[in-house]
Amino acid sequence: MSIRKTLLAAVAATLLAAAADPASAKTFRFAFQGNYQAADPYTLNETFTLGLHAAVYEGLTKRDKDLKIIPGLAERWETPDPLRWRFHLRKGVKFHDGSDFTADDVIFSADRVRAQGSDVKTRIPSDSQWVKVDDHTVDVVLKTPNPILHYEWDTWYIMSKKWAEKNNATAPTSASATTPSYAALNANGTGPFILESHQPGVKTVWKTNPSWWGKKEHNIDEAIFTPIGSDATRVAALLSGEVDLMDPVPLQDIQRVNSNANTQVLTGPELRTIFLGFDQRRDELKYSNVKGKNPFKDVRVRQAFSKAIDVNLIKDRVMRGASVPAALLISPLLFEGSKEFKTAAVDIDGAKKLLAEAGYPQGFEVGMDCPTDRYVNDEAICQAAVGMLARIGVKVNLNAQPKTKYFAKVLATGGYDTSFYLLGWTPGSFDSWNVFANITGCRDDSGKGGPFNFGGYCNPKLDELAAKILVETDTAKRNAMIAEAWKMERADVSHIPLHQQTLNWGVNKKVKIVQRADNQILLYWVNMD
Amino acid sequence: MSDIAVTVPETAKTPSLGARLFDSDLWASFKRSKVTMAAAFLTLLFFLVAILAGVLSPQDPFDPAQLELLNSRIPPLWESGGQAPFLLGTDQQGRDMLSAILYGLRISLVVGFLGVAFSATLGIGLGLVAGYFGGAVDAVIMRIADVQLTFPAILIALLIDGVVKSILGNQLDPMTILGVLVFSIGLSFWVQYARTVRGSVMVEKNKDYVAAARLIGLPALVIMLRHVLPNVLGPVLVIATINLALAIITEATLSFLGSGMPQTMPSLGTLIRIGNNFLFSGEWWIVAFPGIALATLVLAINLLGDWLRDALNPRLR
Repeated sequence: MSIRKTLLAAVAATLLAAAADPASAKTFRFAFQGNYQAADPYTLNETFTLGLHAAVYEGLTKRDKDLKIIPGLAERWETPDPLRWRFHLRKGVKFHDGSDFTADDVIFSADRVRAQGSDVKTRIPSDSQWVKVDDHTVDVVLKTPNPILHYEWDTWYIMSKKWAEKNNATAPTSASATTPSYAALNANGTGPFILESHQPGVKTVWKTNPSWWGKKEHNIDEAIFTPIGSDATRVAALLSGEVDLMDPVPLQDIQRVNSNANTQVLTGPELRTIFLGFDQRRDELKYSNVKGKNPFKDVRVRQAFSKAIDVNLIKDRVMRGASVPAALLISPLLFEGSKEFKTAAVDIDGAKKLLAEAGYPQGFEVGMDCPTDRYVNDEAICQAAVGMLARIGVKVNLNAQPKTKYFAKVLATGGYDTSFYLLGWTPGSFDSWNVFANITGCRDDSGKGGPFNFGGYCNPKLDELAAKILVETDTAKRNAMIAEAWKMERADVSHIPLHQQTLNWGVNKKVKIVQRADNQILLYWVNMD
Repeated sequence: MSDIAVTVPETAKTPSLGARLFDSDLWASFKRSKVTMAAAFLTLLFFLVAILAGVLSPQDPFDPAQLELLNSRIPPLWESGGQAPFLLGTDQQGRDMLSAILYGLRISLVVGFLGVAFSATLGIGLGLVAGYFGGAVDAVIMRIADVQLTFPAILIALLIDGVVKSILGNQLDPMTILGVLVFSIGLSFWVQYARTVRGSVMVEKNKDYVAAARLIGLPALVIMLRHVLPNVLGPVLVIATINLALAIITEATLSFLGSGMPQTMPSLGTLIRIGNNFLFSGEWWIVAFPGIALATLVLAINLLGDWLRDALNPRLR
């Protein structure tokens, strides 16, 4: 049934496109491997979805082409004292339905984003108080200082209070909701595009907003999105000109797309870091032939692993050059001081020596968990690591599974059931503290503490420093503390950073678009010949 | 299937399996058919290279320490860029394709033979019991068989594979996975044996020699195994041959879908799954050679099975 519907929609779309295509109207068609499910901006905290919301909705802040924070719906802001922030809202901004944007909408959005069912609750502290000073001024009162309060606000989108109340959409649509609410299928923002129609999983259409407050940086009149799950079909759609942009291009098809006269691959570094992690919490590894002790508790074993893994070879052979070897658990684009850190040098003999010193001259066996469909070439990376570790005598039994099974096993809900694993992480706030909190922060068995610290690495001194980093408001001091923290982490080899994968967008050559490192496809920077 | 069931009384008259196999009729029909001889030759060749994989292949593809990432994606020797000793090229991990195919062939054949042995034992056992005792026992066994026949075998194999893996836990070593594969393939193919054997047994059990065996007081188990079983084995042999090809294909399908052999110890199906990603990128050898090997193997065994079926069918003689 749904296939027939999809086919019908596709046929109808083709017919419509053929019938009405005046030379003046510019339509931008694009495809992604996944769905754009709910148009409600608080339903899903996922990069691609958040990027599409930005066509219609806007946050108090925005990020420019280099990811620097710039004013959005807030013209400017100041912090009279560390516990109080004042935001001055832009005047004369109108929602798509014609109503004015005021402080009431901001306060409504602040309540809605923290409500049950929202997936973006962490955008603002749950205990912060929001006070309307006048129609275009809002104060935020905090319990603890927070210099990065507004870092993720470019994807906290402001909704209209009146519109939500009128349409019975004051509560956020939960991602697990079975019947979509009004806000999931319709949208009313202040942004440069108006949502014309939205059929989740089939097609979404935007029209440009003629009365947008900002300076228009695109020249398209209409944008049409269709999800295409199959890699080969997506490549074919781009090559045939059926879509103007598609994401992602499978690594093995990059050459093919580039060799076509009308298409090319836009590549750039992504912010996500792929790394390997060790169980350092259990007293005996769950999946190993070493009994009675946990070899990963010994820093020499972790160093040996790090010396055995050749990240440059993985880049050349597994990633076909489409990755940037990483020295830290954070992208160099997100931490200026990362230049001081170098990727670990490969040293097989040194690694063997360290293993022998640690008491494993013959190496040992360990089980490894790996997803097969989450990151670019994830399973191939794990296999390459298995081969590299075999050279220092460590026999790795690879357990590669689809991401749903993988995450069910290794996440807190699965009891962190792993000894050695591969994971990728993008800090949502584009800041090191996010990594210290989520990836290296000490945790207990229920996941309190660093929730994505599957291996349970724990260095109380690092945690102490991270707590100071969170409340430090002086940027220079803060950066020095972050560098210090990374040095502690590197000395411990808490994880083995591998690389940042590259973004691979396939585009038609008539399209000019800004490819930002956070991998959001932003319609307001699309220009077509 | 019905024609096989009917042929049983005729073929069952020959006394022993070995004697019948080298029966001159069979040998004559084998010599008459060039296709069959070619198929037999290929099958034999595949068995031989699989057994000698350790000697023939330049690399042990199951030992990660022997895989060198620097040697990844080398084309076959005769293409430009080909390198010795990688006759058929290498895959993304630097695995020599020829070695991987030989070792993969070994896994596919082992899973095939063990799967067939398991399903034949189970099917023959249940068929004998159902046919010999009849009544409620027969009804229960045959209704289960009927229900199972309504599902495609691959679906059953997938189901059993999933259930067993969820019972045994997530992290399995390759040998256990192999065992699970044999178990799930065996459980999904027993029905044909059971039905055929039951039909034959129902005919045989009314014959005088069975009555005589009963009269001298032999227990049912002995009658079933010593007297009835040898007389119903003819059609079983035909089914087993054709099922060997089916079992190999099922294993390859399961591995292709990702629930069979892991990539660190690939069977032919796993190799095809790996290569499938490179189908459009110019690295055709990663998928082509395992695919050709699998297709040739299954075709050869199938041709042998077809010939055996015709040769044992008295109406076609």
